[in-house]
Amino acid sequence: MKRIAISLAALTLGAVAAPLGALAEIAPGDVQFDDYGAVETSLTGSSGNADEGRKIMTEKSLGNCVSCHAAEAYADVPFHGEVGPWLDGAGSRWTEAELRGLVINPKKTFEGTVMPAFYKVDGFNRPGDAYTGKAAPADLPPILSAEQVEDVVAYLMTLKDE
Amino acid sequence: ALVLAAPAFADEDAELVINGEIEIVTKTTAPAHLEGHLDEILSGWRFRSDETQAMEMDDFDNPGMLGAEAGFEQFETVMGSEGKSCMDCHDGVESLANVRPTYPKWNDDKEAVYTIQMQINDCLTERMGAEKQKYDSKTMLNFEAALASVSRGMPVNVAIDGPAQSTWEQGKEMYYTRFGQLDLSCANCHEQNYGNMIRADHLSQGQINGFPTYRLKNAQLNGAHGRFKGCIRDTRGETFSPGSPEFVALELYVASRGNGLSVEGPSVRN
Ligand code: HEC
Ligand code: HEC
Ligand code: HEC
Repeated sequence: MKRIAISLAALTLGAVAAPLGALAEIAPGDVQFDDYGAVETSLTGSSGNADEGRKIMTEKSLGNCVSCHAAEAYADVPFHGEVGPWLDGAGSRWTEAELRGLVINPKKTFEGTVMPAFYKVDGFNRPGDAYTGKAAPADLPPILSAEQVEDVVAYLMTLKDE
Repeated sequence: ALVLAAPAFADEDAELVINGEIEIVTKTTAPAHLEGHLDEILSGWRFRSDETQAMEMDDFDNPGMLGAEAGFEQFETVMGSEGKSCMDCHDGVESLANVRPTYPKWNDDKEAVYTIQMQINDCLTERMGAEKQKYDSKTMLNFEAALASVSRGMPVNVAIDGPAQSTWEQGKEMYYTRFGQLDLSCANCHEQNYGNMIRADHLSQGQINGFPTYRLKNAQLNGAHGRFKGCIRDTRGETFSPGSPEFVALELYVASRGNGLSVEGPSVRN
């Protein structure tokens, strides 16, 4: 009887905690883009951490933006790609909402672009399980979490023209 | 100023001559079917560093030639229940010099596009009573390296019309299809961005005239299908297997994008 009471309590707690967590975050399928691909609302409801954003952008296992984009701002990181434009000044060229939209799904801003969508979980052709070459799990996670997207946006906003 | 720790690039105008005698065309006008896509086709050799390029200029420095030598030995080795070697029916590897430039090729009997490895497996199983070899296995890549080595300098010239055409179309469609969670096609990297760096890699046109390639990264011969598999995996995609019908079609199409470049295998890449 005691054991049942405890697991019931755990269940109830879980049931309450999950929707609360989900409410705070905008899921990939619920993102609202404007006509130009910008996303006004923060995915987490708060602003990101720019230092974390820099790490995410420059580390291969995270966003790995550096594989396509160079920037003076992270010149200390080796091997900058040339597939996308330099990112210095991105925070002056674009608004925060536009940058958020670009990271979530740049195809809404640049039709047919080579740049991948970092907060998107469906609509892919043969999606894989990260870099294993195997089929993706049914609940494929986005490449970056909501929090990581906000961190990246916060960092991009620091890349102002001198 | 930004310090790019990029690898040293090869001289853009360097030309490849192997052993001081075999002249290799590594840059030429694109075949007509690429009109509107590419004007010029370039071997992957042109995108590698000076040191990597140099390794391919002399057979003694090219570790891939060890595989070719093993392939020559295999060619003379009796395999299977019929007690035959390849030499029983073919007049040496040199007699098959037309193979590497023209494969994948339509096989009338089998009514399918055949790669070199499929053809060798037929000879092994149907004519020699030997075991089928795994696609892209060491044995297969040694055979391929031997066959490529005797064709070096000859122009790639795969047929894309006639009965092979529908397979070619299938390969072409695949080349322009985006795969995986990164949503990238072969063309996104190798047609739109060749010459650009993607992190530490200098993107080439993804040509296969140099296959099989000895890669410094894994210190062994690599087949074209293995490369395709890795490239699709790198799109965060569910990849295909070496020897699959998809990769046979893709091989024919990618080979045809190199029509006019010289056969260069076994080549050296990083
Ligand atoms: C596979 C290549 C690739 C990757 C990876 C990539 N991008 Fe891009 N990005 C591009 C390209 C190409 C463009 C140019 C858009 C166009 O015209 O297609 C672009 C454009 C942009 C722009 C607008 C550029 C400007 O300043 O005007 C921003 C900002 C940006 N990317 C940020 C990022 C961030 C942040 C990441 C990682 C989370 C990232 N990119 C990853 C290829 C890439
Ligand atoms: C018993 C005879 C026999 C043996 C043994 C044999 N082959 Fe063949 N091979 C043939 C015949 C017959 C063909 C098809 C006719 C043709 O296209 O020349 C062929 C075709 C080929 C071709 C394609 C030639 C082309 O021009 O399209 C290759 C490559 C080949 N064989 C390689 C090998 C290798 C490697 C071995 C040993 C592992 C081998 N063969 C053993 C009989 C043999
Ligand atoms: C995300 C970018 C990317 C995509 C997409 C991609 N590749 Fe590659 N590929 C590379 C890189 C990087 C290399 C190593 C440097 C080079 O040779 O270009 C490479 C190498 C190759 C090579 C070896 C070339 C040589 O000379 O050794 C071939 C062949 C190739 N790719 C074919 C393909 C095909 C076919 C596809 C589509 C199924 C494809 N690639 C998709 C990035 C990519």
